[in-house]
Amino acid sequence: MIAISLNDVSISYGETKIVHNFTLDVAQGESFALVGESGSGKTTVLRAIAGLTPSWTGEITLLGKKRGHSIDSHSVRDCQMVFQDPYGSLHPRMTVDAVLTEPLVIHGIKDRPARVEAMLHAVGLDTRFRFRFPHQLSGGQRQRVAIARALMLDAKVLLLDEPTSALDVSIQAEILNLLKRLQKEQGLTYLMVTHNMPVVSFLCDRLAVMQHGRIVEVADVTQLQDGDFKTPYARELYAASGGAPFEARQTP
Amino acid sequence: MTPLLSIENLRVTFPTAKGPVDVVKGISFDLGRERLGIVGESGSGKSMTGRAILRLIRPPGKVTADRMDFAGLPLLRQSEREMRAIRGARISMVMQDPKFSLNPVMTVGAQMAEALRVHTKLNRAEVAARILTMLDAVRINDPERVVKLYPHEVSGGMGQRIMIAMMLIPEPDLLIADEPTSALDVSVQAQVLDIIDEQIRSKGMGLLLISHDLNLVSRYCDRIMVMSAGEVVETCAARDLAQARHPYTQGLLAAMPRLGETRSTLPVLDRADWAGT
Repeated sequence: MIAISLNDVSISYGETKIVHNFTLDVAQGESFALVGESGSGKTTVLRAIAGLTPSWTGEITLLGKKRGHSIDSHSVRDCQMVFQDPYGSLHPRMTVDAVLTEPLVIHGIKDRPARVEAMLHAVGLDTRFRFRFPHQLSGGQRQRVAIARALMLDAKVLLLDEPTSALDVSIQAEILNLLKRLQKEQGLTYLMVTHNMPVVSFLCDRLAVMQHGRIVEVADVTQLQDGDFKTPYARELYAASGGAPFEARQTP
Repeated sequence: MTPLLSIENLRVTFPTAKGPVDVVKGISFDLGRERLGIVGESGSGKSMTGRAILRLIRPPGKVTADRMDFAGLPLLRQSEREMRAIRGARISMVMQDPKFSLNPVMTVGAQMAEALRVHTKLNRAEVAARILTMLDAVRINDPERVVKLYPHEVSGGMGQRIMIAMMLIPEPDLLIADEPTSALDVSVQAQVLDIIDEQIRSKGMGLLLISHDLNLVSRYCDRIMVMSAGEVVETCAARDLAQARHPYTQGLLAAMPRLGETRSTLPVLDRADWAGT
């Protein structure tokens, strides 16, 4: 089944058209990456799918259901977004418990404390973090809370907007491992925006290279690993993040 | 030959409610006219080291060192006035984000001219000519147009190239680049670093490149210093990084995903391994 389907979607901010005739299908359980430089419209696509950018035309289908232009209670249960900066995306005056309970209250879901505890456990946070405020957590712990929040309503599709770019390498590894494990355990579908080709190589099955609001090339991960791109722009992007002296090296 | 910069037992201390905390715990190194990279995670004290060299740490932070000599000058004993003659003219610093380090209400040309006016005695035409040559050297097309722009009118990569041009225009001996590319796109990153590299080599300057990105530092530096929790855990030649001995360095290297990734989980740094914090 197709989890996310975009058909001829164009998105504009005011007069300016940001994304042009975007068509993409992401299968359920797949992990798909959008790569490209700043301003290429990657994040805008995610925001449109999440319902945060209402001015789009075309057709967006989530798990077989067409999505409207505003946020509605069905689509938020299917699809949630994790933002780039865990320092900015958590409410500074809400405890972890309050952040995780809020969606349950809104959707009238019972059994809240147990669900919160189970979710904390799933994202690898000890229960002692439950009543802490964001400023008492490290960057990696905050990003775990942000992922937990996105999963509270059992969303099956996660939109990840550079989930690890604000984190140190060793913490990035922890979060990437967590995302991979959650995907396996819960059969999640990921649509991830990133700059980082090695991260794509680790986490994703396919990727689309974007430039100026259009898809330049869609490739699968073996093509990425071999550097086997057809378009010059994709090759240029590959060269900019590759050519690393580590590439040829093996793990000690 | 005496090194450009010679530091012995540098210590940066901040007072806290629980007593003074050393964020840099007595590090020593020499820097000649070469490219030295400092790598570490957030909170390792790498940026504090860079700032301490320029004496940019404000009270209540305290900097002490047995020796901190720049070209024979003891930096810690310079007056504030003497420091101002060194900053910019002889040691300059490229900061992380051009958005916050360029003056938003001055045109690019005006802020570049300021650096020259303060440190040299050139007339207006010479200043203008130097600015255009410098912008050209950092590969900005159409410098005549760019000098009249305000910082919000240029892109991030262009802003960072302007920063670099501004820092290099008084022809310093040492450039400190603190995460010069972490606010930029991957494709622009390489370009900006190539420009820094080219300028450093052609002018025979020293470079201190501070970054959290091991890959990048190993590509652009001759030597690498790995810092963790305020201490230098390992120093090695950039090409020998793969043979790093220290478990912390090895952990950092292993935790990075690679382009041809085949591992199903990434090894996570086990901080207990090397008795760190």
